[in-house]
Amino acid sequence: MDSVSVSFTLNGEPQGLTVPPAERLLGTPRYRVGLTGTKEGCGEGECGACTVHLDGLPVNSCLVLTAQVRGQSVETVESRKPDTLEPFLAGGATQCGACTPGVVMAASWILEHPELLRTHNTRELMAGNLCRCTGYDGIVDSVTAALTRNRRA
Amino acid sequence: MQRREGLAKLTGQERYVDDLPLEDFLWGMTVRSPAPRGRVTAVRFGKGVDWSQVVVVDAKDLPGPNVVKLIEEDQPVLAAGYVRHMHEPILLVAHRSRDEARRAAMAVEIVVEPETPVFDFRVTPVTNQIQYGADNVLKRLKIEKGDVATALKDAPVVVEGTYETGAQEHVYLENQSMIAWLDGDVLTVTGSLQCPYYVLAALKHTLARDESRLRVIHAPTGGGFGGKEEYPSHLALHASLLALKAGKPVKMIYDRSEDMAATTKRHPSLVHHRTGITKDGRLLAQEIDVVMDGGAYVTLSPGVLSRGIIHAAGPYACDNVRIDGRVMFTNAVPFGAFRGFGAPQTHFANERHMDVVARAIGMDPVELRQRNIIRDGQSTATGQVIRDGTDRGAVIDRALEMSRYRVKEREHTAFNASNDHTRRGMGIAVFHHGAGFTGSGEVYLKSCVRVAGLPDGRVEIQTANTEMGQGAFTIFIQIAAECLGLDPADVVVAPADTSKVPNSGPTVASRTSMVVGRLIERACGALQKRLGTTERTGRGSALKDAIVEWHRTHAGQALGAEAEYEPPPGVAWDDKTYRGDAYAAFAWGAYVAEVEVDLRTFTPRVLDFVAVQEIGKVLNDTLARGQVQGGVAQGIGWALMEECRWKDGGMINNQLTNYVIPTSDDLPPIRVEFLENPFSGGPQGAKGLGELPLDGPAPAVVNAIAAAMNNDPRVIPLTPERLMALA
Ligand code: FES
Ligand code: FES
Repeated sequence: MDSVSVSFTLNGEPQGLTVPPAERLLGTPRYRVGLTGTKEGCGEGECGACTVHLDGLPVNSCLVLTAQVRGQSVETVESRKPDTLEPFLAGGATQCGACTPGVVMAASWILEHPELLRTHNTRELMAGNLCRCTGYDGIVDSVTAALTRNRRA
Repeated sequence: MQRREGLAKLTGQERYVDDLPLEDFLWGMTVRSPAPRGRVTAVRFGKGVDWSQVVVVDAKDLPGPNVVKLIEEDQPVLAAGYVRHMHEPILLVAHRSRDEARRAAMAVEIVVEPETPVFDFRVTPVTNQIQYGADNVLKRLKIEKGDVATALKDAPVVVEGTYETGAQEHVYLENQSMIAWLDGDVLTVTGSLQCPYYVLAALKHTLARDESRLRVIHAPTGGGFGGKEEYPSHLALHASLLALKAGKPVKMIYDRSEDMAATTKRHPSLVHHRTGITKDGRLLAQEIDVVMDGGAYVTLSPGVLSRGIIHAAGPYACDNVRIDGRVMFTNAVPFGAFRGFGAPQTHFANERHMDVVARAIGMDPVELRQRNIIRDGQSTATGQVIRDGTDRGAVIDRALEMSRYRVKEREHTAFNASNDHTRRGMGIAVFHHGAGFTGSGEVYLKSCVRVAGLPDGRVEIQTANTEMGQGAFTIFIQIAAECLGLDPADVVVAPADTSKVPNSGPTVASRTSMVVGRLIERACGALQKRLGTTERTGRGSALKDAIVEWHRTHAGQALGAEAEYEPPPGVAWDDKTYRGDAYAAFAWGAYVAEVEVDLRTFTPRVLDFVAVQEIGKVLNDTLARGQVQGGVAQGIGWALMEECRWKDGGMINNQLTNYVIPTSDDLPPIRVEFLENPFSGGPQGAKGLGELPLDGPAPAVVNAIAAAMNNDPRVIPLTPERLMALA
């Protein structure tokens, strides 16, 4: 089997693609659709730089085969509105930016589900996203600031 | 001001090397040595690959000398018949498909006739291990002040100690990446890199092309930390050789395991201290021996050793100091630049040793430091008289206050007495970091910066310095906007493209804000002058109008003004004797860690971390804070968990699965405070900051563990296994 066809939605747009069976979900938006926001940091599920949402849940896209996401909804960092990211800019959540798209997707899961913070703290919830630049304070503080802003809105 | 490219990064719009659109190109891969030392007796191209579709490059394809030009010319671009370390590049292959290129690289069999390697830099090599000079010493340096021998002989107390630090991998989140192509006759490379002009010099030398036929363009860079200071020259050469042979663009992107196995790391070190001291804690003599593992080629090791020994005696006043340093050749993958550049290693030894000395004379470790901290008018080990007016005692006091050090100490005594399974302790480290190149380095560099007025009245900053996450571009914009009274929106930074920007030196050594930033201030002044305005009249809208007007009367011409480096007055350094003013300015720090250790698992946890530093002037609070917090996180990782495991001089845990760096859940909030004492040689008074935060965390954390467990750890990373062995 050289290729498989798969349909799914990417940032709300329907996609019908024919891909090699071993193609990773990380590569499909990047190299086929031209959405290069999602990054590869390790290729083995350790760093979280490749985090996307699959039916609303964060996953490491380097560990998911594109052929597996049939009928599902895939969201990458490009789906997030710039104005929702203001607190992350002000809070120093990004430096080199290589971890940032993954961080944004993991953080937006927390923002969309603040009830997660009843059982876990932000540091625990963000522990799947390695960042070598910020020491995490900028990220954690930004999540807190964004939650506060959402509560006010 | 907020980070200029911040929103582009947050929204995924920033284009890194692997994100750049590229058509009709090949993927390049590297075939590496399977052995640490020996003659290459055969190269076999295996079956299962259609070799007619693969572009292959070896050492014979080099138009010029087979050497990556750096300090010494000892490291080949591609090993020619002889290898000196594991993973040394031997062949390059390229193919239209990334998978096929990888398959081809794996199908090449390299046969090496093994010779006796040397791996342990701490022991004297035997005859058949000698591979560099007469004794495998890559570089030897010495600092001498006063009369150490006599002072040690007469000292009432002498305390000795040996301290060891391990290699550290940079783990920039974006791996090494490069694209090379021919643009007409101009060989162009774009890559993830810190120093475009280093790459240009390497290409010029090896490819035997003059600069008019070479162009290096910096791409947005996903972290460097020193790891993209020297290595990109190798990768740029590799990609260029393939591109020249293939006649097509070639893209090389390392995956994480190749990046970790094949590229440089922080130098491992072994430091021995012999300290003469009075019973009431006054330093009389410091005799320090520093040995580092250089790996199989010289790379930047002489510079790392130099900075290491200059900082080895710490920020203390002592009349008699001798520091002997050497970097040893081994058949390990070469070590190279890593944020701090040798100083974190020697600061770890010195600050751990201060606690050992304090314990030996029954003195409080904080008091010992306060007693000896250098005061204005006193001199460092190189004889540099410090007269910056900084109250270094206040830096220590503020760290004690913020961390509630004394209160916590008492609480911990009670906690430890009543607790079976956990121990808590406080640790401090006091340190300094010289900003900019050492000694006459900045004078040799002759850095140049240009500030241009654009036809629409905006101002463009042109430098070869690179944005790799530290916020350099934002700082540059702020400095120029402040100087010229402009809205930051009216200031842009040109991409660091060697065909367009002057050589303002490499982005290393905590020099970018301080040295290059100051040049930008001066170039702004030169632009005002060129327009016939002054500092007062050439500002804001008046300046913009003057720029627009200039272009109206000089259609098609470029309006620019340059500034070249001039050493601050009164700075003198002697490279031969290693005496004099090693740095134009030092930043000063005092860090305090509170640590808890679980006695069942021997797992330490940092509960609180306070980082206080005096850096002249904070140019941007968010960025400066981020530099410190990120540096502290790297330092804590180096101290506690980041361990390179070796086999035959190559890293075998070359994956993020088993080379573990701190996550958000491993760290406490890092509490940062800046004290300011403006430095006249820096923009708005700023001194360098980038590397300082790496110097303090390891000794502070390990001192805290020693206090908690009442033990005496000497080796980092202090993994649970090492901690258990001390019990
Ligand atoms: S690239 Fe997917 S987790 Fe690192
Ligand atoms: S911002 Fe560089 S790795 Fe997170």
